[in-house]
Amino acid sequence: MNSIIKYITDIFKGVKSLWNGLRVTGYYFVHPGQIVTQQYPENRKTLEMFERFKGEVIMPHDENNQHQCTGCGICELNCPNGSIEIISNRIINAEGKQERIIDKHIYHLSMCTFCGLCVKTCPSDALSFGLKFEHAVFDRHKLTKVLNKTGSSLKKDVVEKKEVKV
Amino acid sequence: MIKKYHMHFNIYDFTSFTQSIDKKLNELMSPSWALLSEFILVGLVILTFYAIIGLYLVYAERKVCAFMQNRIGPNRVGKWGLLQTIADLIKLLMKELIPIKQADKILFNLAPFIVIIASFMAIAAIPFAKGLHAIDLNIGIFYMIAVSSLGVIGILLAGWSSNSKYPLIGAMRSGAQVVSYELSVGLSLLTIIIFSGTMQLSGIVASQADGWWIFKGHIPAVIAFIVFLIASTAETNRGPFDLAEAESELTAGFHTEYSGIRFAFFFLAEYMNMFIVASIAATVFLGGWMPFHIGGLVAFNQVMDFIPPLCWYFGKTAFLIYLIMWFKWTFPRLRIDQLLTLEWKYLLPINLLNILLVAFLVMKGWYF
Repeated sequence: MNSIIKYITDIFKGVKSLWNGLRVTGYYFVHPGQIVTQQYPENRKTLEMFERFKGEVIMPHDENNQHQCTGCGICELNCPNGSIEIISNRIINAEGKQERIIDKHIYHLSMCTFCGLCVKTCPSDALSFGLKFEHAVFDRHKLTKVLNKTGSSLKKDVVEKKEVKV
Repeated sequence: MIKKYHMHFNIYDFTSFTQSIDKKLNELMSPSWALLSEFILVGLVILTFYAIIGLYLVYAERKVCAFMQNRIGPNRVGKWGLLQTIADLIKLLMKELIPIKQADKILFNLAPFIVIIASFMAIAAIPFAKGLHAIDLNIGIFYMIAVSSLGVIGILLAGWSSNSKYPLIGAMRSGAQVVSYELSVGLSLLTIIIFSGTMQLSGIVASQADGWWIFKGHIPAVIAFIVFLIASTAETNRGPFDLAEAESELTAGFHTEYSGIRFAFFFLAEYMNMFIVASIAATVFLGGWMPFHIGGLVAFNQVMDFIPPLCWYFGKTAFLIYLIMWFKWTFPRLRIDQLLTLEWKYLLPINLLNILLVAFLVMKGWYF
């Protein structure tokens, strides 16, 4: 007798779960407002990528044209395929001590794998990901970028992290 | 005891149209030539219908599936993506037909045609409107079920003649599935045949002139309808029962060795089979081309008759096709043992009990 009752209740429970599933997809079918597809070339003017999007590596400069890159070369060491080249100079600073200063932070967008190790391991948080994604060019050399802008200088009071938070 | 039903005579009868064509052809040429040209004409009409409906069903499936998954679906090729399937067809036609060395060449080439022929033969008997059918056999329903069963031969042949492990297993599983679910299809249609007393499709439609069987034959008709829907999606290898071809997404399936136009035949035949089972369900349970009538309300029925029967027929079929697509894109796929359990342990007993119930109700006259 028990097995017959179980058989019948199984049928009803099964049908109820099927009905729940149908309601979800039915809801999506009649609500085209839930569509998440972006119709790309037509919506370029209003398109905003989400905050964590990895478009390219940039070095943020503030309003005084100052960045935070000390030229330590840790990003170059961590890059898995050598897409970063750091060219730095040794200068004598105001206190008469020798100091390293960044000359060019060369970034090869054509080779970058967007792994994010350079952003993560930079001790002074100088690099971050930008949201621009339209990088197609006709000349390959335009894909080799220098990240620190001309005439920029190191921000004072840059604190270097000792540990990388994973 | 068979009840007599009154037909509403203001529905346009296509037999006058078809008979006028017949007369004109007989005037123009000798009877046997006229007959031959009628064969060719009907064949061409059905071919065109088949091709167009097949193409647009594929498009409809992609759009319905997209909306249910919160995306848009094809919308670039032609306005709203309407020409997408045509582009896909042209691409398939240009693909190389890879011949297999050790395969049985005759059977290998024959298999796609068998599935197409089976669905062609079934379309011939469907009544689209009053008098608009290729043939009106007095065993209409029986003929349609019998002919749709021929499709499984094509699947088994495809699996066997591919001379390869995975298509063979896929074809055997598909064969077992289709043959099992045919039982449920036949038994669920039997309930309405008992109600209406006739197997002739035009007779079944005419018997719904005062209401559709799904309403008149209350509980057993609803049960039979649900069972028919489930069994026919399994029969056409569709929806959550597509193990035989899902394997082709994972490893292989019965049409793995087919490429180009041959694969397109299997693909098209699957969509047309879906159309056919939707038509059968619409004709038998939902009244075919008969507008929505309620027994005694003459004025209401007159209003309903304004919508042409063709619209009613295609509307009902489209609704059922939408239901079948809804099932496919909601439910996860069933394993082969779950499939067969469903049929033999659940659907078949329910069907048999249902038939007992229908026989009892018809004997007592407890239906509308």
